[in-house]
Amino acid sequence: MQDFAASFLEAFQLVLGFNSGLLEIVWLSLKVSMTAVVVAAIIGLPIGAFLAVSRFPGRGIIIVTVTAMMGLPPVVVGLVVYLLLSNAGVLGPLQLLYTPTAMIIAQTILVVPIIAALARQTLEDLNVEYRDQLKLFGLGSFARLRTLLWEGRYSLMTTLLAGFGRAVAEVGAVIIVGGNINHVTRVMTTTIALETSKGNLALALGLGIVLVVIAFTINALAFLLRAAAERSAYV
Amino acid sequence: MQSNTRPVLPLIAKGLFVRRKGRVLLDVDSIAIDGSGTTVLVGPNGAGKSLLLKVLSGLRVPDKGQISWNGLAPDRQRYCRFGFVLQNPVMLRRSALSNVEYALRAVGHDKSEAKRRAPIVLEEAGLTSLASASARVLSGGEMQRLALARALAAGPDLLFLDEPTSSLDPASVLAIEAMVKNASRDGMRIVLIAHDLAQAKRVGDEIIFMHRGKIAENVPMEQFFKQPGTPEAEAFIAGKILVPKEQQ
Ligand SMILES: Nc1ncnc2c1ncn2[C@@H]1O[C@H](COP(=O)(O)OP(=O)(O)O)[C@@H](O)[C@H]1O
Ligand SMILES: [Mg+2]
Repeated sequence: MQDFAASFLEAFQLVLGFNSGLLEIVWLSLKVSMTAVVVAAIIGLPIGAFLAVSRFPGRGIIIVTVTAMMGLPPVVVGLVVYLLLSNAGVLGPLQLLYTPTAMIIAQTILVVPIIAALARQTLEDLNVEYRDQLKLFGLGSFARLRTLLWEGRYSLMTTLLAGFGRAVAEVGAVIIVGGNINHVTRVMTTTIALETSKGNLALALGLGIVLVVIAFTINALAFLLRAAAERSAYV
Repeated sequence: MQSNTRPVLPLIAKGLFVRRKGRVLLDVDSIAIDGSGTTVLVGPNGAGKSLLLKVLSGLRVPDKGQISWNGLAPDRQRYCRFGFVLQNPVMLRRSALSNVEYALRAVGHDKSEAKRRAPIVLEEAGLTSLASASARVLSGGEMQRLALARALAAGPDLLFLDEPTSSLDPASVLAIEAMVKNASRDGMRIVLIAHDLAQAKRVGDEIIFMHRGKIAENVPMEQFFKQPGTPEAEAFIAGKILVPKEQQ
């Protein structure tokens, strides 16, 4: 018990003292996951928007598939990306394995279905409500979609936060494709796993504290977005 | 050349037919809307009034039939000359003023022109004090007035209204009817679904009585009440509600 208490104390000292080793890891985590969310939004929002407003054979199956992919196990995604990026893989020549880029790719794959599926739901609900009115404004499909995106902005931002929450907290994919290399691909979750197994509890706990704060912040932001939405009579 | 100044009129439809799950929802041989004045559409619930207006406006595609606006199928370029206040108007998630601005921009006004005109539109609808209120939290009467103002802002040649005053208090009903009568006086062609016959008398020049998806009568207002042409119309005027056969 004595050891744990000491570890906690040291962990808080690391966090509150802005320990440079810890900051480096936190910064890389944020950079990787934020980039993944931005890329996933660029890919996922158009997919969600298209599925929301289009009608074609097979649409239902695609929606079910995309929604089911929200639950992709990170380790499996990590494994698949590993196979693609390894020397024998299709993308082997790019030499991306064990780089932050590889981690971004893996997390992007995890987040795209979340953004696409949630955006699809949001935009489809809005479209059911707005379709006739927007047609009466004489708008083409592109202008109608732009209005739907704007009207759904708060929900869509919440969707991005959900994606970021998933990315920053997952460990299975980044540890496989990143390799947890010191100063190169070591992020919060992978460091916690490694340092805990090495018995270096202080750093693990310090990063754990930061991760929890980030998770709380994400949810607080989501809550504030809802409040802002209600203030603008969004509901 | 009226056809050049009013690109959506005459509105002519032939052989409209809509069936869902074996039930005929709409079966209209022909209907023509032109000239001036206000046509009031009445009939029991479920008669197909709303559906008819949605089909005539190009919002719903019928199983069969042709619709032409001034000789051509409805197209979105001409929606700027056509207004439709839906039964449940949809307000964008922004202020009353921005909703009007949005509508003005949609019909082709540039940003500064839309900003200049929008307050005038609200003023005419008596909504100036609500300009910055969120459009979606307005009361039923205020929202209907805003919806009507938004539709009138574009200055359409033809205006549809689907029960614009159902569930409104008497003052709001009068305000809406006054706006409609004004627009009619200014030459706008109007088709209005009325939920009560007193309103039909107050605003209408001509009446269409619908029953089970069909147009049972299409006559001048006076004639409808003096000599209803069908037993159904007679029963409807007498206040005997017509329940569709399958629900009896
Ligand atoms: N898209 C639709 N699918 C199936 N039934 C519909 C649809 N739209 C309307 N209906 C049915 O068509 C009938 C006429 O509806 P409506 O035009 O709304 O009647 P009303 O005269 O009361 O406006 C109703 O029985 C309604 O349930
Ligand atoms: Mg109706």
